[in-house]
Amino acid sequence: MSLLRLDGVTVRFGERAALDAVDLEVAEHETVCVLGPSGSGKSTLLRVVAGLQRADAGRVFLSGNDQGGVPTHRREVGLMFQDHQLFPQRDVGGNVGFGLRMRKTGRAEAERRVAELLDMVGLPGAQRRSVAALSGGEQQRVALARALAPRPRLLMLDEPLGQLDRSLRERLVVELRELFGRLGTTVLAVTHDQGEAFALADRVVVMRDGRIAQAGTSLEVWQRPASEFVARFLGFDNVVEATVSGERADTVWGKVPVPAGTPEGRRRLLVRPAGVRLAPVVDGLPCTVTGRTFRGDHVVVLLRPADGPELEAACGLRDAPDVGDRVGVVFRADDVVVLGGS
Amino acid sequence: MVLDRPEVDVTGKPPQGPRTASGRSRQHLRRTAVRLGLMAVPLAFFGVFFAYPVTAIVSRGLKDGGHWQFGRVGEVVIDPAIGHVLWFTTWQALASTALTLALALPGAYVFARFDFPGKQLLRAVVTVPFVLPTVVVGSAFLALLGRGGLLDELWGVRLDTTVWAILLAHVFFNYAVVVRTVGGLWAQLDPRQEEAARVLGAGRLAAWRRVTLPALTPAVAAAALMVFLFTFTSFGVVQILGGPRYSTLEVEIYQQTAQLLDLPTAAVLTLVQFVAVAVLLVVHGRTVRRRESALKLVDAARTARRPRGAAQWALLGSVLAVVALLVLVPLVVLTLRSFDGPDGYGLAFYRALASAGDNGGTFVVAPLEAIGNSLAYALAATGIAVVVGGLAAAALTRRAGRLVRGFDALLMLPLGTSAVTVGFGFLITLDEPPLDLRTSWILVPLAQALVGVPFVVRTMLPVLRAVDARLREAAAVLGASPLRAWREVDLPLVGRALAVAAGFAFAVSLGEFGATVFIARPDSPTLPVAVARLLGRPGELNYGQAMALSTILMLVCAAALLVLERVRTDRSGEF
Amino acid sequence: MNTNLRRALGAAAAVALGLPALAACGSGGSEAADGGKTVTLVSHDSFQVSDGVLKEFEKQSGYTVKVLKSGDAGTAVNQAILSAKHPQGDVFFGVDNTLLSRALDKDLFTPYEAKGLDRVPKALQADAAQHRVTPIDSGDICVNYDRAYFADHKLAPPQSFDDLIKPEYKNLLVTENSATSSPGLAFQLGSIAKYGDDGWQDYWKKLKANGVEVVDGWEQAYNQRFSGSAAGRKTKGDKPLVVSYASSPPAEVMDVKPEPKEAPTGVATGTCFRQIEFAGLLSGAKNTEGGKALIDFLLSKKFQEDMPLTMFVNPAAQDAALPGLFTKYGAKVTDPATLAPEKIAKNRDQWIKAWSSIVLK
Repeated sequence: MSLLRLDGVTVRFGERAALDAVDLEVAEHETVCVLGPSGSGKSTLLRVVAGLQRADAGRVFLSGNDQGGVPTHRREVGLMFQDHQLFPQRDVGGNVGFGLRMRKTGRAEAERRVAELLDMVGLPGAQRRSVAALSGGEQQRVALARALAPRPRLLMLDEPLGQLDRSLRERLVVELRELFGRLGTTVLAVTHDQGEAFALADRVVVMRDGRIAQAGTSLEVWQRPASEFVARFLGFDNVVEATVSGERADTVWGKVPVPAGTPEGRRRLLVRPAGVRLAPVVDGLPCTVTGRTFRGDHVVVLLRPADGPELEAACGLRDAPDVGDRVGVVFRADDVVVLGGS
Repeated sequence: MVLDRPEVDVTGKPPQGPRTASGRSRQHLRRTAVRLGLMAVPLAFFGVFFAYPVTAIVSRGLKDGGHWQFGRVGEVVIDPAIGHVLWFTTWQALASTALTLALALPGAYVFARFDFPGKQLLRAVVTVPFVLPTVVVGSAFLALLGRGGLLDELWGVRLDTTVWAILLAHVFFNYAVVVRTVGGLWAQLDPRQEEAARVLGAGRLAAWRRVTLPALTPAVAAAALMVFLFTFTSFGVVQILGGPRYSTLEVEIYQQTAQLLDLPTAAVLTLVQFVAVAVLLVVHGRTVRRRESALKLVDAARTARRPRGAAQWALLGSVLAVVALLVLVPLVVLTLRSFDGPDGYGLAFYRALASAGDNGGTFVVAPLEAIGNSLAYALAATGIAVVVGGLAAAALTRRAGRLVRGFDALLMLPLGTSAVTVGFGFLITLDEPPLDLRTSWILVPLAQALVGVPFVVRTMLPVLRAVDARLREAAAVLGASPLRAWREVDLPLVGRALAVAAGFAFAVSLGEFGATVFIARPDSPTLPVAVARLLGRPGELNYGQAMALSTILMLVCAAALLVLERVRTDRSGEF
Repeated sequence: MNTNLRRALGAAAAVALGLPALAACGSGGSEAADGGKTVTLVSHDSFQVSDGVLKEFEKQSGYTVKVLKSGDAGTAVNQAILSAKHPQGDVFFGVDNTLLSRALDKDLFTPYEAKGLDRVPKALQADAAQHRVTPIDSGDICVNYDRAYFADHKLAPPQSFDDLIKPEYKNLLVTENSATSSPGLAFQLGSIAKYGDDGWQDYWKKLKANGVEVVDGWEQAYNQRFSGSAAGRKTKGDKPLVVSYASSPPAEVMDVKPEPKEAPTGVATGTCFRQIEFAGLLSGAKNTEGGKALIDFLLSKKFQEDMPLTMFVNPAAQDAALPGLFTKYGAKVTDPATLAPEKIAKNRDQWIKAWSSIVLK
């Protein structure tokens, strides 16, 4: 039985539906990341589960029980707010221990647990510090410890690493994943950052305009974006109109190989940058290099063909051509994805 | 634990539709019920102790033999004498407001942006006049403007019985309103906004005009309207300093009611004043709402610094000079007189206060007893004001429709209502069991609380509204019920504001005179009443004791305000 | 508003405010509970009695006295009139001859002939036929003068109304607004008694031409502007003549040690108007018997002799001895002006209006 189940949940703000008949399940000990651009309804989803927002239709089940009419404070979920919302008038220990006090945990037990959690998030002995004096990263950790303290059956994170700088973010993602694995916490997180989502989650749910655009394991979504929206949201822009016949597809870029078993007819194709290989001009689609972006271990090269949309290719640091060079382009079937829907 | 609620769908109907709709309306109902519950006490309080008595006295005036006499309204309104009063009331209020702003705005800037030794003390001191009874202030002020006063001795200028005395006294009373309302916000405006404008090429003045001024305008407007309200309804100042030739609407209402018992005329004048005050409050409400719009506020402690350069020192100096001349001198003169005994300077009058009662009752009141009475009344009034005002502020926190805003304005109305009207209203309404409170001591604190409540609401509301709703949500998610969340989150955050509100209500009721004197009460005079009685008798000892008691009253007020300065919150509203 | 609605409102408010106990003990109930042992005296702010004197009455009569005060004499009388249907207490003290008719016209009082009335001169008994009110004290409002000023200027102080319009006293007099001050009104009434309905306005025009100054209240006139009072000396008062009480000079020397030979101020005895204060049993009083006993007490020698130094008035009873302070420093006013209360009641408002337009405009 899944720990969390959403059944046709709809939330409207006036005419606009922030959530539109959303179905979602989260299994016990699973980490699910909801991914989507801002305004896609991610945060509303968390608020509905927490009981902070009423659903206009549909139901929310936790451990199989309908949560209709159950107020927030009885739902036993944890929620880490985007901007932490630490209580300014309480010190670190007071914040972390808040949920324990609400559950009438004994004083000694609560103190022990607070100390343990602060150790766990890397802030040992910070009980008496004022929250106003903490750095962003430290506030983050306190907020996490506070949310974990009452051992919620479901921990929800709203943009958990949103305001942190890049290196801290990357380190924390790893720490969090390790922590959740160790504690066996069930996690529902929302983020707009694909990297964060894929690094953290067992499963990823991509949302668009209040609907679920795609759900699957990180690998599935990454390898097989279900739609052009998902593809573009993941950062893939090599999308083109194609007519598939057999193992070939006709596009403005010329013939592109497609994986075997692709249904025939008019389709939209995605070619991942890794599947765009550079060759001598005469051996492929002739393009002009219009830009180069360094991505650490590789370079993304922007290519303009004679006709059709521009292309991105990923190549090794040493092989990257200069801006203005003329190159030929060939496509690798493994990296071609046929997109569904819009 | 997850509870299976009876309202969970058991009929197998699809989850969409009626169930959730009714659920929503149920929640809506519950929220309305909570708000109504919160508003019940303030509404009952204002209904019984304000609306009902005032309506009763007005309708008694307008009803003759059971018929409404609306013809009276027309007669009174076109009476040229009344027209004269209305005109004077309005223009002196306008002039007082303009003068107060002109003199106090530089003060607001200096208090907001400069750091100088004794600043906290000075801020408390300039607020003392605001809570002092006019009987005390009148005599102190004459020492500055009247015969043999400071101005007379220095330059031979005498301003008593001129309109200038009224205007300057109004500045004296309301200086703190502007300094606190405008200065409070000014101190929290982020100076970097102005710096950003300077970097973008605006000159110093242009940057101020384009960035700071628009941010301040609503606060200035709110302060101006409050000053206008206070001066429009001015009573004691006009009576004591203006002489018989000047009369405001409030003075006229007093005369028609208390002296001439011409209730019809008084009723019409009360209505006229109500209309004027209501209009003011509506305008005020608008500007305050606009003021709550998002401004980038920072900790006031970070924006103040020591003045630099000749110009800034000169500004500080001139503001201090104005404060000294206008606020400090009258207070100092008052204090000096209390020491100026028959045998030269000394504690003779204070000793007389302490030994009163031994002389076989020749004294008007046992003055130390009056201090005790004042403190007891003020404490009771503060308690009532904090409960009523606190609940009202809690109900008003979640901003909502017109009704709630109307309620907000209703709470302010007593500030613009004549004490005579309220006092006489009490007399004819609270006269039967179970509400025959006319002979009870509680009537005085109740009347004082009417004046204290608006201050409590005004102080608490901005703070309550500034509490981030998501903090309550965070508490709820962590397992706190709504009540618990309020206790754990709101209460600690507003605790200081509550203390400030209570302190202000305390100081205001300590100095309250009007309502106290028009209510028949068992003989336990408060400080202001005792001062008035002492002043009302001939003889040096009585006069000296009046000065000594006034000084004590002043010190108690100043002490209360100084404590407030210490606990002042960052967003402690307008006062 | 009808009574039931009122009661409902009251009950609702009491419950909502959590004041049930308070509403019950507010008053009303207490009389019932005490079995009529409390008697309530309603008066103005100036009412004063020595503790010992009141205690003695309580001991003798067995009643507990509760005193309610509010505002000045005018306010207190008007409040009593407004609450005539449900009086606040049993006895009202402090209605004077300038306000008496208004109170009598409203049937504020129940007749009662007080014990000891025979000791009160007939001249003070304004309602001798019906005894609705009992005279308790009298006081004279007269022009006071600053002895030092007139000595320094080698000028004889004025003695009469006529003197005040003489050029040698130009710009010396300060008086009070008739509309807002009871001594101010009394002084005007004195002039009306003296010059009659036709002549008084003319007198005031002359007085104005002679530089009379008008302030709103007695406090300002006496404590701020009058050069003869202790307070006025401190504030450098500039007027050596002021409208005040005949009892003001004794007050000036009270507690001054060593005792001076004479008071620093004197009284122009030809400018006096007599105010008589009355007490009456309120119609609808809950404790009629107690009220009667209280009125008897107000006329008793004990209370009458206590009054001069607590309220600076002359006792009404002839057998009450004046304190030494009064006999030594007080002025003897032999022929004060008076006016019939009915005449005052009839003309009061129009006289004040006429006075205002002459003097203030």
